[in-house]
Amino acid sequence: MPVIPVIEVSDLRKSYGGRAVVDGVSFAVEEGEIFGVLGPNGAGKTTTVECVEGLRVPDTGRVRVTGLDPVTDHEATRRVLGAQLQESELQAKLTVREALELYAAFYPSPLDWRPLAERLGLTDKLTTRFAKLSGGQKQRLFIALALIGNPRIVVLDELTTGLDPRARRDTWELIEDIRANGVTVLLVTHFMEEAQRLCDRIAVIDKGRIAALDTPAGLIRRSAGATVISFTPSAPLDDGDLNALPALASIEHKDGRLTLSGTDETVNAVITLLARMHITAHQLRVTDATLDDAFLDLTKEAAA
Amino acid sequence: MSTALVNTAVLKTEARLFRREPSALFWILLFPTLLLAILGTIPDFRDPDPTFDGLRGVDVYVPITVLLGLIVGGLQSMPQALTGYRERGILRRMSTTPVRPSALLSAQMLVHGGAALASALLALAVGRFALDVRLPRQGLGYAVALILAVLVALALGSVVSALSRTTKIATAVGTSLFFPSMFCAGVWLPLQAMPDLMARVVGYTPFGAAAQALNQAAAGDWPGWDHLGVLVAWTVLLTAAASRWFRWE
Repeated sequence: MPVIPVIEVSDLRKSYGGRAVVDGVSFAVEEGEIFGVLGPNGAGKTTTVECVEGLRVPDTGRVRVTGLDPVTDHEATRRVLGAQLQESELQAKLTVREALELYAAFYPSPLDWRPLAERLGLTDKLTTRFAKLSGGQKQRLFIALALIGNPRIVVLDELTTGLDPRARRDTWELIEDIRANGVTVLLVTHFMEEAQRLCDRIAVIDKGRIAALDTPAGLIRRSAGATVISFTPSAPLDDGDLNALPALASIEHKDGRLTLSGTDETVNAVITLLARMHITAHQLRVTDATLDDAFLDLTKEAAA
Repeated sequence: MSTALVNTAVLKTEARLFRREPSALFWILLFPTLLLAILGTIPDFRDPDPTFDGLRGVDVYVPITVLLGLIVGGLQSMPQALTGYRERGILRRMSTTPVRPSALLSAQMLVHGGAALASALLALAVGRFALDVRLPRQGLGYAVALILAVLVALALGSVVSALSRTTKIATAVGTSLFFPSMFCAGVWLPLQAMPDLMARVVGYTPFGAAAQALNQAAAGDWPGWDHLGVLVAWTVLLTAAASRWFRWE
């Protein structure tokens, strides 16, 4: 099956007051993908997706959404792209039902708002005014509004910020659901767990540039401390011996417990070292690093 | 068509939301007529007054109350609504749909313009039936002057929203223009009672010109082209300023 990019961003640049917020970002999102944009606060994530949404005009570079330019093909782009913004509101006295009906009227072939409201758990809030909704309910309404136009692509910016863990998990299921219906998802987040669970591929943006672009597993593998071994040694180990371990990324001593990160090679060398010194490793654990570790590693490199 | 300046769904929604604002409804629709009714209970206002060329106080105050509704709507209510829509990201949210956020602006103007006209008709009706004030004898001229006055009020309100970053600033700027506008419309001192020079200067302000034009039409003359010209000039100038300075976010 040929792979069709539905979003293409090439060499995107955007500055504010002489400061480059987005400094040469390129990526392509394929149809049916959940594509994550991950990065520290102020990295340029939101500015990048706002250029995709057509809310900002790039200084230079090219943005195409299903082949359309979001700036010049304003209306056509918005018919295929639904967006949930990081910070926005609705008219305070507009009810949930009125909001759904109003936004449905903006699109040529909208979804039926009833099943959509049902799926988002808004059915018993239909007559509630926007100002009276809780944070989570507002967030779900905005997801519904992003989907109501039956878009091919949906952009979700900091979707689960402010949601409790339960609501967050429900939202993740919903996103998987959306994708199962063939909608491409562009997801901006700073939650590693969210990105690791949902995304097919992730672009890590740091200081306006792409620090890495890979699958979550690929990002973890390529970071220096991809494997973590931790244990409580029965006798102290010599620091010199530890520092000489191959491919070692970090050492941490805490309450008599030793945590080392590196590669599989590091782990093998630790086992050999322990055997040679006749030291027992109590509560020995070998785990893969998380996306969290990989992310810190990647953004630290870019900072250096 | 979603590219059109006015979107029916947005207009219907804004009209419905406007009906949920009791204070706007009161101050735009009822307050001016209520003021007229109260003045009508004062005996002095029901007798011919030489200051007003033999007209009664209530006769003179009908055009003034007509203007009052549109000043409240244009300067107090609309700028706050529009600035709030921008401040709270409602315009931005709409920018992500096929409908342009300008649909919200035009809907707000139509709703406030419509409310101001309804307020004017109510004042005319109460004047006619409760206070025995003759309906404008030059009806078409009155309508032209009134519509131009509504347009200038909306244009002035748009400039206030364009220049105010926050709702608080919009309220402050709106209020500081509100009192001079009421003065020019003749709320405290009808134009007929102002000294000549003052009346002439006030005649160059949007609501002073509107008051003069309405007075002439009420008396049965076609409103002076000088007054209508002043209204058109202000509308063009203020609209240009609003579209030059309005920020979507």
